[in-house]
Amino acid sequence: MANMTLVKTPMPEQDPKVRARNFKEVALGYTAEMAIEEAGRCLKCKNPKCVEGCPVNVRIPEFIGKVAEGDFKAAYEIITSTNALPALSGRVCPQESQCESKCVRGIKGEPVAIGRLERFVADWYRENVNEMPAKAESNGKKVAVVGTGPAGMTAASDLAKKGYEVTMFEALHTAGGVLVYGIPEFRLPKAIVANEFTKLEAQGVKVMTNMVIGRVLTIDELFEMGFKAVFVGSGAGLPMFMNIPGEALKGVMSANEYLTRTNLMKAYDEEYDTPIVKSKAVAVVGGGNVAMDAARCAMRLGAEHVYVVYRRGEAEMPARLEEQHHAKEEGIEFKTLCNPVSIIGDEDGRVCGMNCIRMELGEPDASGRRRPIEVPGSEFVLDVDTVIMSLGTSPNPLIRSTTPGLDTNKKGCLIVNEDEMTTRDGVFAGGDAVTGAATVILAMGAGKKAAAAIDKYLSK
Amino acid sequence: MFKIVRKKELNPSVTLMDIEAPFIAKKAKAGQFIIFRIDEKGERVPLTIAGYDREAGTVTIIFQKVGFATKALGQLNEGDYIRDFVGPLGKPTPVEGKKKVCVVGGGVGCAIALPSAKAFKEAGAEVTVIVGFRSKDIVILEDEFKACADHMYLMTDDGSYGEQGFVTVKLQQLLEAGEAFDEVLAIGPVPMMKFVCKTTEPFGVHTSVSLNPIMVDGTGMCGGCRVTVGGETKFACVDGPEFDGHKVDFAELMSRNSLYRGREAEVTEKHACRIEKMGKDLIK
Repeated sequence: MANMTLVKTPMPEQDPKVRARNFKEVALGYTAEMAIEEAGRCLKCKNPKCVEGCPVNVRIPEFIGKVAEGDFKAAYEIITSTNALPALSGRVCPQESQCESKCVRGIKGEPVAIGRLERFVADWYRENVNEMPAKAESNGKKVAVVGTGPAGMTAASDLAKKGYEVTMFEALHTAGGVLVYGIPEFRLPKAIVANEFTKLEAQGVKVMTNMVIGRVLTIDELFEMGFKAVFVGSGAGLPMFMNIPGEALKGVMSANEYLTRTNLMKAYDEEYDTPIVKSKAVAVVGGGNVAMDAARCAMRLGAEHVYVVYRRGEAEMPARLEEQHHAKEEGIEFKTLCNPVSIIGDEDGRVCGMNCIRMELGEPDASGRRRPIEVPGSEFVLDVDTVIMSLGTSPNPLIRSTTPGLDTNKKGCLIVNEDEMTTRDGVFAGGDAVTGAATVILAMGAGKKAAAAIDKYLSK
Repeated sequence: MFKIVRKKELNPSVTLMDIEAPFIAKKAKAGQFIIFRIDEKGERVPLTIAGYDREAGTVTIIFQKVGFATKALGQLNEGDYIRDFVGPLGKPTPVEGKKKVCVVGGGVGCAIALPSAKAFKEAGAEVTVIVGFRSKDIVILEDEFKACADHMYLMTDDGSYGEQGFVTVKLQQLLEAGEAFDEVLAIGPVPMMKFVCKTTEPFGVHTSVSLNPIMVDGTGMCGGCRVTVGGETKFACVDGPEFDGHKVDFAELMSRNSLYRGREAEVTEKHACRIEKMGKDLIK
């Protein structure tokens, strides 16, 4: 008989007051007992809608069935037959709009905590087994993977399993893309990402850091070097600014810069030389997951006040509800229906405030969201010394501008066909480089699809 | 890991190193830069490329030991390794189609003016070089410039060597004497570049400057290196590092470059022990 409790088995978390000042992981994960209890809530639907809601089609009821039996190793094997990176997706997937949104238990009460169970299984395996995958017998064909984020990791793993000799190229000094430079340690411990690369290396994947493709080597030169296909998963890394007065002041930066200094370069750790501004009051402009990450980092780096400034209302915020909730618990103040007009500097050129204006919502715009309109005469000054712009990102032009015949759309995103192949023969692409800024799991899905397409292409 | 294959002290505070980096050496062009990081805990520091040897697979960097990272790098020796070395980043100096060029270098900036001067020469331009130093004891690369320049002027602030005066004094003289440069390239401290631009402006000579603002990744990702050029925001790492000097907002650039000043001294003190330890570890 299934566990008919209407709510998810709670997952222990660090106390908000404590965690707001440290970089340790916020959510502590299920114990085996909790996992088994939660697994009991799954009704094992004959026609599981949750699987359809998953971009990589994890066989959810099957793995949950094994968790309920306490056979966590078998559960892990079921998950990893379709998802190479469950420790990551279990943490950062927006399950509420994917698998869990389709769960029948969600009709009356909360859905099964699929994400928490996936995370539990992955963590249990890493802590108790962590068997390195075997290296498949080489088929002698070389494939280059440009970018070591979730799209590239998934593509590399799937290709290596099929015997391809995969080399991954990373522009930064550490592999992992957004998983290491963007998503903070307290949401995704970097040791977990590093363990995934240890596994990739066990599969025979070579990882070359400090290689900016488009500069040090072009896509054409990769082919000249003997690579038979190239997968471009270079992400969407270019930050946007508002183009308002004062953006060049000291203390204004992109969320990318703030997060990279904090996460990749570990500015929070005294042992590291990375400089970062010391802030008393921080405004993070934007309402996405990246804005939540930046705001929560600012709090952990010691700010007294951290504001999220967003021009629409809270209901329109693109950040996951869970992230908004965590941020609020940690003391982050939401200034919604509020838009920056200009940033004010002192005589030394440092930020000493931000002029804002109140907004109200008008008719829906092209995106279907209600358009924010300024309320005349509602200007006010927000007392801040740091402004972090988190307005979204676009794909980097380095590859498209150095690869003849590689077509992009108006936004600079690579154009691909249904097989994830770009307009250049043998060049495949996926993830944010194709879609513009999206999610880790969609990038993983694209990497998986591209790996299958590359295999088909090279097996001709 | 990247091996230091040659080290040479050019003056008490400026060091030259050849770094084994075959991929970069194959592609590097004058005007581009690299980013180095000594070890896992170090900062990423951009340095404009001072030369390269495509056959030997080495890239030359010349740096002044001013901050923590450059001081620590200066402690390393031939045979030692640094953790990261990435490039070539940025756009090369556009050298094609120029007939008569003046390259102006100031202090350690001369190190990166040299490959551009050579590149102009190789592209067929008549190259005038003006290099300036505070005094005789810190003059670097004199012979190298002489070898590639059609006309060479060496200036010192105190007159202890060459001619006395700033580089702008000589530049002004040449322009007034009717030298019709179609391009002036200035590389050096920001105030020097600013005054070179002020000098050339009345003569309407196109003037490029090579900027080295604070940056993290060097690929357009952080936006920390943004500069205002002709009222537009540009990223030095991908749109530059060379820009039309008559359009650069130098005041803003100088202000932004001072963001972490003060902190540098703090870090240097905090890590004085680390530099020492690094030295000791390497002696072992």
